[in-house]
Formats: sequence, structure tokens, C-alpha cells
Amino acid sequence: MSFWNDPLKVAADWLEGVFMGWGMNSVLSHVLVAFLGVLLLITVLMVLDIFLVWIERKVVARFQDRLGPNRVGPFGLIQPFADIIKLIIKEDTTPGDADKVVYNLAPILSMMSVLILWAVVPLAPVILGTDLNVGVLYLIAAGAIGTLSIIMAGWASNNKFALIGGFRQVAVMVSFEIPMLTMLMIPTIFSGSMNMNAIIQSQNVWFFIISPLGALIFLIAAIAELGRAPFDLAEGESELVSGFNIEYSGMKFGMFYAGELLHAFTFGGFWAILFFGGYRFFGLEQVSPFLAVLIMILKAMVGYWVIMWVKYTMMRIRIDQMLSFNWKFLTPLAFVLLLVTALMNALLAGAPTWLYVLGMFLANVVTGWIALELARSATRQEREKLEGAKPVVEAHH
Amino acid sequence: MTAQQIIFLIVALFTLGSALMVVTTRNLVHAALWLVSTLFGVAVVYALLNANFIAVVQVVVYIGAIAILFIFAVMLTRKDMRDSGPQMNKNWWLGALVAVFVFAGLAFLLQSWNGVSATAAALPSGFDAISLLGDALVSPDAYVLPFEVASVLLLAALVGAVYVAFNKK
Repeated sequence: MSFWNDPLKVAADWLEGVFMGWGMNSVLSHVLVAFLGVLLLITVLMVLDIFLVWIERKVVARFQDRLGPNRVGPFGLIQPFADIIKLIIKEDTTPGDADKVVYNLAPILSMMSVLILWAVVPLAPVILGTDLNVGVLYLIAAGAIGTLSIIMAGWASNNKFALIGGFRQVAVMVSFEIPMLTMLMIPTIFSGSMNMNAIIQSQNVWFFIISPLGALIFLIAAIAELGRAPFDLAEGESELVSGFNIEYSGMKFGMFYAGELLHAFTFGGFWAILFFGGYRFFGLEQVSPFLAVLIMILKAMVGYWVIMWVKYTMMRIRIDQMLSFNWKFLTPLAFVLLLVTALMNALLAGAPTWLYVLGMFLANVVTGWIALELARSATRQEREKLEGAKPVVEAHH
Repeated sequence: MTAQQIIFLIVALFTLGSALMVVTTRNLVHAALWLVSTLFGVAVVYALLNANFIAVVQVVVYIGAIAILFIFAVMLTRKDMRDSGPQMNKNWWLGALVAVFVFAGLAFLLQSWNGVSATAAALPSGFDAISLLGDALVSPDAYVLPFEVASVLLLAALVGAVYVAFNKK
């Protein structure tokens, strides 16, 4: 087994040998190597996070017909470092009546809830944190810690705007967790496993082609979980100033901000893993694990770009619209889609691949079409009721 | 001592300490947050037992849903979330006595059982706990009846909640 085929294991074995050569026992050296692996992964992610700031600012500039950062370094690449220096030298304020411990713990938990997600991300068949057999559910469990961090930030700041922002964000996260969890069951049905690696390995045909509606619902739920536009009503600058992070300054705010960017990138990666074949790309992943990592990062970037595209295109929606959209449309649709997918999977169990893919695709299209027609007729009735009550409104818009 | 035993001891101390803080802290929101860390410690114990599914479900259900609900309820009920009354009533010694006896009884029982000092056998390769659990939940000679009863109960609770909240015009 050479370094080029399984770099992590070879490096870990070598390091363990070195540590044991220094007189450590095998258990201690094993734990130490595992710890160093975690440290390495987190360091790479945090460095990547610095450049995500640059990417985000460049892309938003593109969408808004501006240039974006272009003064510091080539293409403004040094700009994020200037941002970080600015954040570090800012005064670190804590509101007088804030709950100090909880207030300071919240940004750490927020960042942590994103970083622990990477424990189950397979960057290549052999480069992954842990091969957890419940990787899909782990995603939701990490999200629960993120929800907790936001409610802690909102409450501990001792600020009305922060508390309202925190409540709103938690309402969004708790309700959109349901369609997300339901949609996570769709790759599970197709692959017969909750393991991320097994899900990727069984995608000879991308699950996006088999279940486009599932991929779309997952993306919507993921954007809501991230608290990005059009679901960024927890921040709502015009009404809540900045929402749950209003009282945070300096690097504590930076933790929330960096956590949000990395979270978006991570969910781009999960979208790629669950519906776009992860590190697989026409057999290129078998050439070298390093190539597989590159493919995975590129696919995650594409997912991240789609999330940014949505963010800078859509307007913010109101909390009541958000809740009725989720509970009256998205959640029932997700349940129906899961039932249809499970039923079709049982019906088409012995069918050839092309028939299976075609049947699943058509089932998705029909389910989506019926759902949209139902939503259209319901909104039309609602509108007629409203316009019937207030005939004056229609005169000028 | 193996690494696993050391981790277990740390986690057990952490869990028990957090549980103690839940009942002794005067700030209700802090109590809810300590409860979160207690539940998290229990999840780590499940993970140490190779029960990954149960560990993750523990975090999703207890921290993601129940603890968040607790925190919401606590935040919405009272303005000053501080309890100023005495923390014990006059029966505290009775409670302490029962706790000591239960602990002594459990310790005695475990001491007389020889399985307590044995190391657990390694899981056979290819052992898939999730599919075994899934099969057990829906097979007629295992737990399909309790599973269905629980789902009907939850459905009834759901319908009841909708009925209570429904605005009769």
C-alpha cells in the first residue's frame, strides 16, 4: 500500500511508528495520531474558511454588478486577512447584563456545530474522518447543536432584538429540520445505507437524476437551516438590526460569520454527496485519492455557489410566510415524496437500471406537478378571498 | 486502564456533574443548558457502547427537540428566571437515605455478578446494528406491536394538539 493510494493511513502508521519509537505505548500513540488528524482537518477547514470570505465577497460583487475586493493583493486575495486583523483589533464588548459564560460560549458552539459536520464528510474513498454507519442522521444531530448556539446567543445578549432574532432562527431551524430529515431518507432508500461513503458508492446514476424533487427540497431546507436569504429573517437588518448576533463584536462576531460561510460550503458539500455523487466523477476518483478530494471540493464549491446564487437573488420572506410555506407545503410534500419513492423503489426492485431511473424521475415530476397545482389553486382561493374583502387595493400597486 | 475506561470515567463524571448542576442551579435557563450537557454525556456513553444510532438519535431528539422546547418554555414563562425559594424541603434526609440505599443495593448486585469485570467481546465484522434494529421494529415476532401502539399514541397526540389549537369559526 503506497502513499499515493491511501495517504492518510500510511501517514498515520508512520507517525504511530515514530511515537512508539519515542517510547510511548500503542494506545497513547494511537490517540495522539487521531488527535493530530482532527487538528489537521480543522486547520485545513479554517484556512479554507478565510478564502471563503473572499469567494463570498467576489461572488456577491458579481451578482450586484460590482468589482468586489480588488485592492489588497492580487485579485484582492489578501483582503480576508485585512478583515481578520480588523476584527481582532476591535474592542471586545460584552453587554452589562449579559450572561457572561453563555454569551461567550455561543459563538464557540456555533463554529463547533459546523466543524463537527466534517467528521463524516468523505473527501475521497479513503480520506474521511470516520465511516459512521449513521452519517445521515449525524447531520441533523450537529444541526441541533447549531440551533442551541443561536438560542444561547439570543438569550444571553440581554437584548430584545437579539432574543427575537434567536426565536425566529430557532423557529426556522426546528421546522425545516423535518423536510430535511425526510429528504435525507431518500438517498438512504436508494443506497440502502445511512453511511455517507456507501451513499456515494451506490450513485452509479446521480441521485439528482433519480430524485430531482428530493434534491430541490433538500436544498431549500438546507438554505433555511443556514439562515440565509430568503430565510434570513433572524438577521432582518431593517427590523432587528442584526438579530441574534447584534451584541457581538470583534472576533466573536467573526466566529458567527465564519461559521455561517463554512456552514454554507459544508451544505454545498452535503448536497453534492447526497445527490451529485460526491467524489465520483466518471471513474476519475479511482485514479488517485488526491484527484477525488479535488472533485469533492469542486462539487462542494458548485453547491456553495448555488446557495449564494439563491441568497443574492431572492428577497427575504416574512416569518408567517416562512412557517406556512414549510408546514403547509414543504413538509407534506416531503412526506408524500418519501412515500412515493419508497413505493416506487419496491415496485421497480427487479427492473433494469434505465426503467428504474425513468420510473423514479417520472414519479418525482408527477409528484412535484400535482403539488404545484394544489398550491396554485389554494393560493388563488386565498387571493380571491382577500381581494373580495378589500376591493380598493387592486387599483394601484 | 484502557483508553476506553478513561474516556468512560471522564464522561461519567461530566454527566453526573452536569446532572447535579441541573437540580442545584437557581437560574432556570442555566438548568436547561446543564440538562443539555447531561444528555450529551449520555449520548457519548451510547457511542462508547458502539450504539451509534442510539447516540445520534439521543442528540437529535433530546437536544434538538426536547431541550430546545424546554428552553423556549422557560424563556416564555417568566421575566426574571431566578428562583429565590429554599432549594430543599424538610424531607431532604429521607431522599438522601433512599439514594444511598439504592446505590448500595446496585453496587452489591453488580459486585456479585461476574460479568461486571469481564471485557465485552468484540463485535463480529459486518455486524449491522441499524438493520437488526430496523428488522426487530417491524417483524411480527419482535416489537411490531409496541412500535405500532407508540405510533398510534403519537398520532393521537398530534391530532389532539391540532384540535386544541384549531380556531373554531
